Amino acid sequence: SSSASNSIIRPSARIEKILIANRGEIACRIIRTAKRLGIRAVAVYSDADENSLHVKLADEAVRIGPPPARLSYLRAPSIIEAASRTGAQAIHPGYGFLSESSEFAQLCEDEGFTFIGPPASAIRDMGDKSASKRIMGAAGVPLVPGYHGDEQDIDLMKLEADKIGYPVLIKPTHGGGGKGMRIVQSPNDFVDAFLGAQREAAASFGINTILLEKYITKPRHIEVQIFGDKHGNVIHLNERDCSVQRRHQKIIEEAPAPNISNDFRSQLGQAAVSAAKAVRYHNAGTVEFIVDTISGQFYFMEMNTRLQVEHPVTEMIVGQDLVEWQIRVANGEPLPIIQSEVPLSGHAFESRIYAENVPKGFLPATGILHHYRPVQVSSEVRVETGVEQGDTVSMHYDPMIAKLVVWGEDRTSALIKMKDCLSKFQVAGLPTNIDFLLKLANHGAFENGEVETHFIEMHKDDLFIDPSDQLSTQQVYNAAVHGAAIAAACVCQKENKSMRENAPGSLSVWYGNPPFRVNHCAKHTMELEWEDESSKGSLKLPPVHVTYLPKGKYLIEMGGSSFSDLELNVVHLRDHDFRVEHGGVSMIVSISVYQKDQIEHIHIWHGSCHHHFKQRKGLDIADIDESQHKHALEASSHPPGTVVAPMAGLVVKVLVKDGAKVVEGQPILVLEAMKMEHVVKATSVGYISGLTVTAGQQVSDGTVLFSVKVRRVKLVEEVVDLFVGMTRKPASVYPVWLGGMWD
Amino acid sequence: RSISRWRYPNSPTDPTRHFCSGILPDTVDRSSESFARNSEAMEGLISQLHSHIQQVMNGGGAEAVKRNRSRNKLLPRERIDRLVDPGSSFLELSQLAGHELYDDPLPSGGIITGIGPVHGRLCMFVANDPTVKGGTYYPITIKKHLRAQEIAAQCRLPCMYLVDSGGAFLPKQAEVFPDKENFGRIFYNQAVMSAEGIPQIALVLGSCTAGGAYIPAMADESVMVKGNGTIFLAGPPLVKAATGEEVSAEDLGGASVHCKTSGVSDYFAQDELHALAIGRNIVKNLHMAGNMGGQNHRTSDFKEPLYDAAELRAIAPTDLKQSFDIRSVISRIVDGSEFDEFKKLYGTTLVTGFARIFGQPVGIIGNNGILFNESALKGAHFIELCTQRNIPLIFLQNITGFMVGSKSEANGIAKSGAKMVMAVSCAKVPKITVIVGGSFGAGNYAMCGRAYSPNFMFFWPNARISVMGGAQAAGVLAQIERANKKKAGIQWSKEEEEKFKAGVVEAYDREGSAYYSTARLWDDGVIDPADTRKVLGLCLAASMNRKPESTKYGVFRM
Repeated sequence: SSSASNSIIRPSARIEKILIANRGEIACRIIRTAKRLGIRAVAVYSDADENSLHVKLADEAVRIGPPPARLSYLRAPSIIEAASRTGAQAIHPGYGFLSESSEFAQLCEDEGFTFIGPPASAIRDMGDKSASKRIMGAAGVPLVPGYHGDEQDIDLMKLEADKIGYPVLIKPTHGGGGKGMRIVQSPNDFVDAFLGAQREAAASFGINTILLEKYITKPRHIEVQIFGDKHGNVIHLNERDCSVQRRHQKIIEEAPAPNISNDFRSQLGQAAVSAAKAVRYHNAGTVEFIVDTISGQFYFMEMNTRLQVEHPVTEMIVGQDLVEWQIRVANGEPLPIIQSEVPLSGHAFESRIYAENVPKGFLPATGILHHYRPVQVSSEVRVETGVEQGDTVSMHYDPMIAKLVVWGEDRTSALIKMKDCLSKFQVAGLPTNIDFLLKLANHGAFENGEVETHFIEMHKDDLFIDPSDQLSTQQVYNAAVHGAAIAAACVCQKENKSMRENAPGSLSVWYGNPPFRVNHCAKHTMELEWEDESSKGSLKLPPVHVTYLPKGKYLIEMGGSSFSDLELNVVHLRDHDFRVEHGGVSMIVSISVYQKDQIEHIHIWHGSCHHHFKQRKGLDIADIDESQHKHALEASSHPPGTVVAPMAGLVVKVLVKDGAKVVEGQPILVLEAMKMEHVVKATSVGYISGLTVTAGQQVSDGTVLFSVKVRRVKLVEEVVDLFVGMTRKPASVYPVWLGGMWD
Repeated sequence: RSISRWRYPNSPTDPTRHFCSGILPDTVDRSSESFARNSEAMEGLISQLHSHIQQVMNGGGAEAVKRNRSRNKLLPRERIDRLVDPGSSFLELSQLAGHELYDDPLPSGGIITGIGPVHGRLCMFVANDPTVKGGTYYPITIKKHLRAQEIAAQCRLPCMYLVDSGGAFLPKQAEVFPDKENFGRIFYNQAVMSAEGIPQIALVLGSCTAGGAYIPAMADESVMVKGNGTIFLAGPPLVKAATGEEVSAEDLGGASVHCKTSGVSDYFAQDELHALAIGRNIVKNLHMAGNMGGQNHRTSDFKEPLYDAAELRAIAPTDLKQSFDIRSVISRIVDGSEFDEFKKLYGTTLVTGFARIFGQPVGIIGNNGILFNESALKGAHFIELCTQRNIPLIFLQNITGFMVGSKSEANGIAKSGAKMVMAVSCAKVPKITVIVGGSFGAGNYAMCGRAYSPNFMFFWPNARISVMGGAQAAGVLAQIERANKKKAGIQWSKEEEEKFKAGVVEAYDREGSAYYSTARLWDDGVIDPADTRKVLGLCLAASMNRKPESTKYGVFRM
């Protein structure tokens, strides 16, 4: 190939400066290796990322455009220009964005930059799903039964689907991840789903070719990390299991895959190497297989022609830095080891920590990271992150906050470590999936390695609290009350201390601990609401009465409840950390307090629990108009029939006119947020009223979109929450992702 | 170089301390019988004090508190707790005002007053207790309100009135309405303080009827709570009686009317928490640059006393005939127990000297016995020193009086006493008086009793106050009575005389108690001896919240 010959022509042209055409954690990850190798790193950034971590870590940074990705991170010319301006010799695309654009890879090489990735031809071959299957079939890699023909006539497609047998998977031939993907359970649903997939593919990729595949009901997702050099060597670095997914997106990955034999492992590896060799692959790549757990068969799914999000779990078990390998291979160096030298040591997990609203069907969340304290890193614990405390998780990009990667001697010890780390991973300011990840990791089936892609759906009763389960509900509630008691004492201790430290010198005596009262003890009452992150609402707790006792002691009484009083000894250690002693047992707890929308939010991490409380403070606004105030306080309770935006996003399509008569469940408008398309439907039969949003309009979370009115009839319908039961429905009705799920 | 080896018990090993001759030694014998006896007696007094306090903390009782809560109203102390800076102290004054004063109990006199910081500025709080007689003003309620204003004026503290009152208590109108120090004085004080630039802020959290309506109206800024807060000169029943107009309380004088139409109030609050937040904000925006031109001493660096303050409970004897060294009190309230005594060898029944309390330099005057000529002269001299240097004065009273008798009179004890009284009266430095034992006769005057306008004055629970001792008074009165009877030709039996004397002793006993005093606001509160240092520290900080004034004395009789 041309790049191979280039490296032979210019053997001395070693990479000394890399431009990273990406953002977030992966940009930081690449910069770190580059720095270690003495290679200068150039970051690019959109206006939204001007102060973000990857910009701070890089040696140089170039602004490439406004926040929307298509105007910045996806604009190849801007990136090439940035590389020219800074004199970078190579461009690392990371994952997502331009990483799997063969045009971009080609453009880099044409402009004289080394593209740190596979040859453009391999990206092209593997990017076209039909073509890739053809090539794989020819190379003897097993394929899922399906139809990959060019003939796209709907009747023919339906016949093919019938031939394959339902359930059938409909997939656009181009594009990544689950974008435009549909699962069809019965022949009746085929036509609608097919047309929808076509429409979405056309809109997103400009190509509406569709392929059909057998849908495997109890599948595992196992992928093999391969690596090739420019000298024709290809090896595999063992496999990863990425079965645990929600919304077709991985959240926990591990390497090696649990419960498979060495024999099966080497079969997978050989198939993956064959696949890579068939497209004359070099650099990092991943061959994804779907494993039918019932038959024990594995089939080629697709090949990802880039470094993947979950590459660290492989790095942990083989003890190699894959980014370093990528750079070396791009330099033309041969692979440092041969297949028989590839180690497999211990077990590694990766948990993806997302800003998302788990009870609302894992909806992406946005907001400020008011408190962000990842766990302590070590040689066995890695935190891959691109954000810092105070940063905003915006609607422009992927809402992933961090990847937590842990390694252990074996699966059990790695899992123990991951659970410990998850419970200590502190994020406050926006909802995250940490508690959910913890529940997953604690699940018996997961502990046994009984993973499959429907894991969350199968075990939803354990993973989402069932309100009818009185016992566990009571236990969870009791833990929250206990958390509130400890949090209240710590907050009092902290407030007192910070007031004392900031008091004018002459008044310091007024801020002693305990605060002085004449002939009695100072008492503080906190009315807390518990924001249960595993359910949708918040729950008012009994008032917490805190009595300040001498020597850092606090007496906590829970008003009007059966909870017994607690006497706590609180010592403020540093910043957010306290040592709380109760009945001779002490533990370290962390507290984070911040204000948002005139509400004080209190987070506490104690033991393996994390609780989030809200306290209404008197509004610190001197003059507030009555009507405004009402709006602010009652924003969450609209009259029945009102439909609000479930998340911040862009209105992409309005399907009916204001005043139109609609039936229940009729799609009214389409909202796109965080790369996800969501159809907002009529909540009941009636007439649409107040529909003023238009396509292209940005709406924020909670904006009233419209309401459904029943003329001449009293409004008695309850608001049907759009997301009720979302987590309980089969995967096929989940809103579909518009890409962004790169792996 | 040798370092002196001697050291006091409990003294830290910091060698520099050994050179400080001012450290008071620990003279208390903890194994003594009197220590144990005093300790036990004081224990009883303090538990009695706490039980009285517990009583008043419940306000007007469970039923009234429940009714108050049902209206989404907090209790007055809870309101103040939310107004002062989180985790800060609150110096409540005269908690036991009205104690056993009227036929019905009137907990805390129906009004809560005290000082606390808001956004780093000390404020005086005056909060009606609506659970006590509907927050109406009894005579003692007015006295307590006026006393709070007096302190605020003296220390230049912004005033926060938490109004929730039905106005004057009508059955006692003759005692609350007409006189100089009656209801009208509240508004007079508001006007005068406002004129002096001392902010007057009213939060209308409940009803504010009739005369009470002037509190927010006279305020610089006022806040009203929707629903609960009402201001009107006459309530709906009176309006109906007077004019026949039927109108609801909210429409007559609710927050909307007064914030939108009448302009009687300035800030509209959605609820009580909102009103309290606005109240804090108003103080934040006062732009008083930290304090009102006060003397900003950096006091964050200080040493605690070397000896346990709780031992003060065992030092003060409940039997006032027993004497004790006032230095053992001083050593438990001043920084590092360091006390530089002035004229130590002269007039030894009065102890004078310089010390610091939470870093604030103070001059301390304490009694160690009867006041003699020399003691009084020494006191006057020391007061002059302190006023010249603008050092606040702390009086620790344990005084049975000036020395009587021919020798003393011939030496001009009256003249010497007058010098000290002149000095105390005219001294313009902050003065704080704590009665740690007896406070009798002219000794009370010379040691800055209530009449000498100390900024603050507190009683220990064992303290007693009266013009003279009960037994002495009984003797004097019995002599007069016997003379009167003799004139009238009535035979007075020994038994009758003893009964008469016992009656006098009993009355003096009752009227001399700390509770009798504090119920009538002869002081600003009864405090636990162990809290003395803290209370003094808070009072000093509040008293230093103004510019120093120069002292001018009258004619000293030489």
